[in-house]
Parts: sequence; structure tokens; C-alpha cells
Amino acid sequence: MSFISAFDVMGPNMIGPSSSHTAGAARISYLAQKMIEGPLKRADFILYGSFAKTYHGHGTDRALLGGIMGFSTDDMRIRNSFDIAHEKDLKFSFTPNEQETDIHPNTVDICMENEKGQKMTVRGESLGGGKVRIVKINHVQVDFTGEYSAVIVIHQDTPGVVAYITKCLSDRNINIAFMRLFREGKGDIAYTIVESDGKLPENIVPAIRENPNIHEVMIVQM
Amino acid sequence: MEFKNANELLALCEEKNLPVSEIMRIREIEFGETTSEIVNKKMTRVLEIMKDAAFSPIRQPIKSMGGLIGGEARKLSLHAQEKRGLCGELLQKAVTYAMATLETNASMGLIVASPTAGSAGIVPGLLLAMQEHYDFSDEEIIQVLFNASAIGYLAMRNATVAGAVGGCQAEVGVASAMAASAAVELMGGTPKECTFAASTVLMNMLGLVCDPVGGLVEYPCQNRNAAGVANALIAAEMALAGIPQLISLDEMIQTMFTVGKKIPAELRETAMGGCAVTQSACEACHICR
Repeated sequence: MSFISAFDVMGPNMIGPSSSHTAGAARISYLAQKMIEGPLKRADFILYGSFAKTYHGHGTDRALLGGIMGFSTDDMRIRNSFDIAHEKDLKFSFTPNEQETDIHPNTVDICMENEKGQKMTVRGESLGGGKVRIVKINHVQVDFTGEYSAVIVIHQDTPGVVAYITKCLSDRNINIAFMRLFREGKGDIAYTIVESDGKLPENIVPAIRENPNIHEVMIVQM
Repeated sequence: MEFKNANELLALCEEKNLPVSEIMRIREIEFGETTSEIVNKKMTRVLEIMKDAAFSPIRQPIKSMGGLIGGEARKLSLHAQEKRGLCGELLQKAVTYAMATLETNASMGLIVASPTAGSAGIVPGLLLAMQEHYDFSDEEIIQVLFNASAIGYLAMRNATVAGAVGGCQAEVGVASAMAASAAVELMGGTPKECTFAASTVLMNMLGLVCDPVGGLVEYPCQNRNAAGVANALIAAEMALAGIPQLISLDEMIQTMFTVGKKIPAELRETAMGGCAVTQSACEACHICR
């Protein structure tokens, strides 16, 4: 069992009204924007389950939009995220999907596009109490919570890549807390997610990127 | 310094001769791999947010996002000024601050989920009222917030604090148990008395369903936060008077969880039963859309 902190009980510090529908929503899109190089020019949100039904009254839309601009759950700017997005010329939309029901009740798909034209879709679930889980990156099922600092590596599914990643980490004396590997298919695109206890050094990104089989490296700090 | 249940917590208090709050604070420093200064700084921030959230709607009421609440704290405060209050100063203030915090929450203000956003008014409501009434320092309040955290942690670890899983008894019930325990320590009660107070609250709020109108954290959530501080105060008073409880806190946490799982889904935060489906609620909900 992971450590339940006094501040998991007395917290999170958050913009209301709901830890799952507001704070969790902000947290999911905060994590999502960390996975793509900014700045973003477009973010489209598809809402499922309870998110689709009650997103307006819970400020889920403002929270999602705030998170995608990098606001944390206790950032007062969440209230005005619509205006701030307009100022930044960030295009956005919200689409409730009430047809798909075989899904966690508080789920959102976030389709992002940055100024270079790169696109990425991230699916997140809000689990309650501000806790969240990222369950899909593009079409690949993944599983990570953002509670630990993480390196997300998109690479070719070929021998030696994972060994190369772990060597980059061990060379910098980084202790791996969790490590998971996901792939679209054999020999296809694969995702390695490594979670670590401490803050990760930023120079890990260019180091891992040097390997020609590695397409993209992202770092999500705790 | 780890404890898995209230029994182990009480044994630690006894062995180290420390209050509940200090055991929880030391645990946080040890397992969070951090320092005393950092945890105190974080809890100082918690108190700061709690004060803003509890006081600002009295001066400046705001309508909630869903339009179901707003202005209640100001009304209570004006009523108290007329000196015709029924509750007495302490409870009157506690209820005002609890309802105010839910107003802040429902209007997208900054709050501390304690343990959840929907129950965020109870711990600050009671403790801030006690601070004013008995002139406690911020340091004393910050210390007993660790006591409240210990009770919340036990519920999170061994049961649930999610309305969707265990009903309102898991949110408002647990928050009130946390507040009651912290109040007992603040008034000089023993660790055992803290657990008696928490156990009493869970007993008195057992079975409370979660049926928010329109699925929003507004109504009856705000009323139930007011009821929660009253329940906490009653339980703390009984514990401080030396009234023991037959059923232990560990048993009550387990019972709350067992009962919670038996509450039908309609009454667990789905807005498909209880208050949420009354005619008035459905009409109001139509208006707010």
C-alpha cells in the first residue's frame, strides 16, 4: 500500500467544488500537457460518464482548460481559464459523449495539438479525492498516476532500448520506483514509463533521446 | 512510526507519551522523508486557506456555480449579531464557518479538501470557532490538524472517504469524526477520549446517504456540513465529560464501511435517489441549467 500522507487527508488544496470533477480534472490535463512540447494551439476535450452529465456545474470545463495551460489544482486562475485561453489564442472545445458507458464514470479524452502541428491524445480517469490515472496515450493503454516523477519514452519495440533507458537512469544514480512497458504491436511503437521517487534531472531527456530507436522523451515532475 | 488502526495509534501514544497529533506529525516526517519545518509550513498553509474560505463569504457572499446556494453564512452571521441565536456562540460560529466554506467551494474558491471537498467545512468550522472562542494560537490549531489527519487517515486506509463508495457518512461522517477528535485534544482530552469522540460521531451519522441535487456539491451538502459540526461538538463534549464508548473507533470505521457498501447505488453520489429526486430538487435543477 502506498503511503497515505496527512496532506492526502488534509488536502488537496484545491479550487472547488469537487475533488473528482474539478481538482482531478485539472490534474489530468495538467499531466497531459506535460507529455507534449508546448505551447499548445488547440485542445479538444471529450467527456464521458458523470463528467459528461455534470461538467458545467462542477466547473470541470474550466478546470480542464486551466490544467492544460499548466495551472495546478490550487491555482485561482482556474476560475478565469476561458478568458485566459482566449488571450493566449488557445482554441478549445468540450464534447460530452453519453453514448459510451462502458468506461470509468469520470473519464476525459484530451486531444492536443502544439504549434509545430504535433498531435497527441491522452485519456485520463479521475478516481476521487483529487487522485487521477492516465490510462491511454494515443492508442496505447498505459497506467500512471503522476504521483511520482516520471519519464515517458516513445520508442521502437526493438531489443536493447529498455536496457539503454535504464542505463541512462543508473548513470545518473536514479532509483526506479516503478517501470512499465506498453506497445501498439510487436516491432511497432512502444511506450516505456519509468517512475522515480525523487525529482528527475532535466538532462536525462537529451541523454535518452540520443538513441536512434527513441522517438520522443517526456518528463513529468512530481 | 506507523500505525494501521486506532488501537495501534493508542498504543503508540501510550508508549511514547505523546498526543495523537504528534504521533501523526512524526509519522509524516518519517514516511514523507521530510523535515519538521516543511510539514509545519504545509499545515500552516492549510490553516491559511481554511481561514480565507471560512471568512470571506461572510463579508462577500457569492452565488454557487449551480445556483443552489450562496449567502447562507452571511445570514447566520447577521442573525448572531441580533443576539437572538439559539445555539450559543461556539456552535453558532462553527455552523457559520462550515456553511461559508461550502459556499467558497461551490463558487470555485480555494479550499482544503478535508477529507473531501463536499465535507470541507467541518474541520475548519469547528476548529476556527474554538480558536476564537477560547483564544487558541495558530500553532495550537495547526498541531491538532494533525490529530484530525490521523483519524481521516485511518478511515481512508481501512474504509473509504468517498461518497460514491460509502455515502455521505464516509464524507461528512468522517470529517465530523476528525473534527471531534481534534477538538478533544485541543481541550486537553486524552488520546483515548479522542477516539471515543470519533467513534461516537460515526455511530451518530451511520447510514447517511449521499444524494446531491443535480449531482452538484451544493445542496444538501452545505446543510450537512452544518449538521456535521454540531455532531462533532456533541461527541467531543461527551468524551471530555468522561463518557466512554462501548464500540471502539476501529469497529465503527469498519461498520461505517460495511454499511456504506450496502447503501444502494442510487444513494451514493449518483443523484438518482434521496433528496436529489424530490420534485423541488428536479424543478430547481431545471432552473439551474
